[in-house]
Amino acid sequence: MARLSVVGDTNDSASDRLAARLVAEEDRGLLRFLTCGSVDDGKSTLIGRLLYDSQLVFEDQLKNVQKESKRPNSTMGAEIDLSLLVDGLQAEREQGITIDVAYRYFATPRRKFIVADTPGHVQYTRNMATGASNCDFGVLLIDARQGVLTQTRRHACILSLLGIKKVALAVNKMDLIDFDQERFQAIVDDFTAFAEPLGFESIEAIPVSALKGDNVTAPSAHMHWYHGPTLLGHLETVEVSRSRDKDPFRFPVQWVNRPHLDFRGVSGTVAGGRIAPGDEVVIHPSGKRVHVARIVTADGDLDVAQEGDAVTLTFAEEVDASRGDVITTPDSEPSVADQLASKIIWFDEEAMLPGRNYTIRCGTQSATATVSSLKYKLNVDNLDHVAGKTLEMNEVGLCNLSMTKPLVFDPYGDNPETGSFILIDRFTNATVAAGMVEFGLRRATNVKWQELSVDKSSRAGLKGQKPCVLWFTGLSGSGKSTIANALEKRLHALGRHTYMLDGDNIRHGLNKDLGFTDADRVENIRRVAEAARLFVDAGLIVMVSFISPFRSERRMARDLVGEGEFIEIYVDTPLEVCEARDPKGLYRKARAGLIKNFTGIDSSYERPESPELDLNTSELTPEVLAERVLEELRRRDVV
Amino acid sequence: MKQVLSSYLRQLEAESIYIMREVAAEFRNPVMLYSIGKDSAVLLHLAMKAFYPGKPPFPLLHVDTTWKFKEMIAFRDAEAKRLGVDLMVHINEEGVRNGISPITHGSALHTDIMKTEALKQAFAKYGFDAAFGGARRDEEKSRAKERIYSFRNASHNWDPKRQRPELWHLANTKVNPGESMRVFPLSNWTELDVWTYIYLEDIPVVPLYFAKERPVVERDGTLIMVDDDRLPLEEGETPQMRKVRFRTLGCYPLTGAIESEATTLPEIIEELVASRHSERQGRVIDHDQVGSMEKKKQEGYF
Repeated sequence: MARLSVVGDTNDSASDRLAARLVAEEDRGLLRFLTCGSVDDGKSTLIGRLLYDSQLVFEDQLKNVQKESKRPNSTMGAEIDLSLLVDGLQAEREQGITIDVAYRYFATPRRKFIVADTPGHVQYTRNMATGASNCDFGVLLIDARQGVLTQTRRHACILSLLGIKKVALAVNKMDLIDFDQERFQAIVDDFTAFAEPLGFESIEAIPVSALKGDNVTAPSAHMHWYHGPTLLGHLETVEVSRSRDKDPFRFPVQWVNRPHLDFRGVSGTVAGGRIAPGDEVVIHPSGKRVHVARIVTADGDLDVAQEGDAVTLTFAEEVDASRGDVITTPDSEPSVADQLASKIIWFDEEAMLPGRNYTIRCGTQSATATVSSLKYKLNVDNLDHVAGKTLEMNEVGLCNLSMTKPLVFDPYGDNPETGSFILIDRFTNATVAAGMVEFGLRRATNVKWQELSVDKSSRAGLKGQKPCVLWFTGLSGSGKSTIANALEKRLHALGRHTYMLDGDNIRHGLNKDLGFTDADRVENIRRVAEAARLFVDAGLIVMVSFISPFRSERRMARDLVGEGEFIEIYVDTPLEVCEARDPKGLYRKARAGLIKNFTGIDSSYERPESPELDLNTSELTPEVLAERVLEELRRRDVV
Repeated sequence: MKQVLSSYLRQLEAESIYIMREVAAEFRNPVMLYSIGKDSAVLLHLAMKAFYPGKPPFPLLHVDTTWKFKEMIAFRDAEAKRLGVDLMVHINEEGVRNGISPITHGSALHTDIMKTEALKQAFAKYGFDAAFGGARRDEEKSRAKERIYSFRNASHNWDPKRQRPELWHLANTKVNPGESMRVFPLSNWTELDVWTYIYLEDIPVVPLYFAKERPVVERDGTLIMVDDDRLPLEEGETPQMRKVRFRTLGCYPLTGAIESEATTLPEIIEELVASRHSERQGRVIDHDQVGSMEKKKQEGYF
């Protein structure tokens, strides 16, 4: 600040004043923080108060908010509703809640701030986790009248999971409990006891009233018993170290930069550590070693690149590096494995199902991943580990994942950039989970693939046929097995080698241990799909007759075999017809409530979007339909 | 002598470059929307840096409403030539044939047909699956809620309740055929960051940002510049020469000028720091009604 005034005294041109201001700004750090806590504890009002008291609200914005504060459904009476400064969506204003995370920018002479205003509503916990993943500090709000609630604990838990080390506990609405010190202390004690195992480095408890402004930016005149900092004062001075400069070097390749024949570089952002020309590096997963030749940027070559720098590296040796590769130094190798253990926060309304395929995105890498097992769920109320088969929306669990190819990663605690991932549903494209890697699983490197000397094509060649899976899907009683039976008889008569996997039969043996919950259904299909894959490998024409109600698993089965080897046959019989036929009497039992999770009754069936064949059973006999499948096989040169 | 970028601006720059490279790598047919304003200028400058020594692997697209200031169009063509990048211009020809104008049809219909509709036409015509835009979260309340990757369904609609969570730097870039993504690499920049960056990086901007004597008329408290003879003067209106400049550039009869003495970038920045009014105060389209920006966005506006 001293420098600023000296320059200001001696120069008065705008560019000199700007130069002085930029020098002064360079000394100010940046704090990214989020506000979280339960619904109605006043987060939006608190941020509105911070902006308003820091004189960062423009006159025209203030005028709009003043106008809106007078609307009939406003809870504020004559006072100005500061939450309207931040709740920008119509639905938020109508319901008086925050739905989505909003980012706000403000600065004081001491610091710049990016604040993520995150929702408190349980239904939008994923948005809170989103905000937390991009912050270094958390302000956890508590309504002084309510005390510590489940959602407070859940949010504290997520802050800790996401690696936030320091938090402020802002006990809000102190004006509504007469600024009662004992009540404040009781809440603080309650929270501190709960949070102990979460391992926060510091918890600064501050009694505030966002509405009235007590202890937000100015010390309160109502709480003489409190001698700590104001919330803004704490935000301005709290130290959060974010630099990963001294960490091992990590460089995920984003883009191969090859504008002309004489230049070949890899572009990306340094995710940890530093690198200089001449340094030896390892390219994962290939493990090739090369030396950095240049660090190229549009502003000229750099002598050193460090964490956060977006650069392009060129190498002294010819090497093949592509998007998804991770470049490190030889002294600190990352994990390269196709199985890992990870904490997962489940985001989607549809529960996580072990065995289902999801797309995993880890840094610039993508692969197909399945959750192979859920080790435990975390009870966010008391941090207990609970057994479970699935994760519902907003639940946190420790899972083992297996991927279709090895990924390069680090434990999240070592580097959040290379240790975090998201899971994406392959049909809806929704982001269904966020993951924080604990460690790679050793068995991934110990179980090796045994190369066989006789392969699929030689086995099939001996039989003179093209192996494939004929996947019959449809409701119970639709006629899948009847058609498949008729078809197998025809193929057998033609001298073809076949096998039939029937849902009921497999449940007598291989899948005897499985029930009919969604999770068990997924596992049921996973096993039969693997079995079908082995039979195709053996050179057979395999008929699979399974209800297989979910698109995801049918897609997984398709992905297990080669291109053109999976023929999806939708046996399209309306529910009323199946129910009228009721060959096994199951619909009657389901309607009577004797069978749970029955497809078509209380469990859903997702019809195929583009099956290779769509068989309408209402007009044609099973024999005619089997003949139609045979025609299709002839058309495809299978027989 | 000018200073180098502050560590904060370097960080913003690197984040934006990261986003651009992700989009170039993950999408089949991305495009950069170029609207000629200060944010577009920064966006284009960053794109040149992101792929250096190569050129940005996507074209620029200007959706021309035919009501842009003359100086903007001249600047646009000069910049594309200077940087050697592909510039495409799309105009809603049907709107032109129907004589859609902000004066006779009002700001809302004009914006809808000549901007939103025109943009959808361009997406359909060229099959873009991602488009960069220069929007910033500090511009407007509903923009503060926007993700960096803003998913649009096949009808280009934005559903604020179905936004994809953005964790760490991980983007879910999956779109099905017909769907698309609007991507905002400047999300975390503020108006002040943009101007400071323009100053420190010597980025050319349209001269309309600098104060100069210009012919204006005052309407409902807004100073409208008379850019050509298409603006019918109302009774008793005579254009007056006043020293004005623009804080934001849209279509000329819809964007108000401000009286100003700022003729250099440091003066603009100084004026901005002292201002008690928001950037978009002069934008007529924001004030049609409460939440109007959000409604426009849901229908496919940027």
